[in-house]
Amino acid sequence: MMHIMEGFLPHPWWEIWFALSLPVVAYGVFRMNQIIKERRETLPLLAVSGAFIFVLSSLKMPSVTGSCSHPTGTGMGAIIFGPWITSVMAMIVLIYQAVFLAHGGLTTLGANTFSLGIAGPIVGYFVYKLAMKSGLNLYVAVFLAAMLADWATYIVTSIQLALAFPAASGGVLASFEAFAAVFAITQVPLAIVEGAVTALMFKYIVQLRSDVLLRMKVVSPGTIERLKEASARNWSS
Amino acid sequence: MGIIVVFIAAFAYVSSTQNHEWGGADGQAEDVISQLTGGTYQPWFNSIYTPPSQEIESLLFALQAAIGSMIIGYFLGYYRALAKMKEAATATEQEGKSNA
Repeated sequence: MMHIMEGFLPHPWWEIWFALSLPVVAYGVFRMNQIIKERRETLPLLAVSGAFIFVLSSLKMPSVTGSCSHPTGTGMGAIIFGPWITSVMAMIVLIYQAVFLAHGGLTTLGANTFSLGIAGPIVGYFVYKLAMKSGLNLYVAVFLAAMLADWATYIVTSIQLALAFPAASGGVLASFEAFAAVFAITQVPLAIVEGAVTALMFKYIVQLRSDVLLRMKVVSPGTIERLKEASARNWSS
Repeated sequence: MGIIVVFIAAFAYVSSTQNHEWGGADGQAEDVISQLTGGTYQPWFNSIYTPPSQEIESLLFALQAAIGSMIIGYFLGYYRALAKMKEAATATEQEGKSNA
């Protein structure tokens, strides 16, 4: 997960990102309440998706640049519950890390929520829909969605930083390149791992609670049947 | 399985090459900012709480991971047992029918 450090977004940028994020999170809270009331059986999956973000964003994995970086974990929530609700879960994680870990910050919460909780999940959501429509295997679709959601988060973070700190020569574009270069190297391999882990997690959910996935219209009945048949074949062989 | 292999390979590769600070890409972004602004930018707000040491920081990260894994483990275990119970219930039901 990316954090813009506390105090590192000058006026007016931190206000702008708050203004963009808060309405989305507010609507996300509304949607979350609605789903909890109307489809109680999805509550555990909601908890699992939130916990998944919690776990993945706490993992600092070493990356090739010699520093550590975190995955985002938002792909799963985005696929099952959509970007609105995922933005709420992402914000909770960001508050935890801002308050207890001095990672990210309260003043940059708006910007971080936007990149992690809104931009990433939106990309993940649409990549998943598109991949499923084009007939890809479910797990491949999940993998792509989670991976691209991670990248999108970091691209947006680079844009946010570049807008706030345009380079003296070359302006916003030049500084975007500088920031993106930092994140690209750490995030490219990390996002691939994240995609794989998310796909694995999805495998468990398909095995155990495919009925909820069906009701949430995440997958079609045909897909589930095919996958179950495939895994049954694996078990028997 | 494949995932574990990839993970171990990545881990082994990067841990053998450099010293890894618990800093993260976040810190590097800071360097880029000071380069771009010529070191003039000062953060205008400081974190209200900073972990007193790196060990405590990793403790809190571990705590975060533990909370998350606990929730995931609990519900996946619950679902698993639920599926098993359902299977057992239908099995006895069928048994009862064939006996009758």
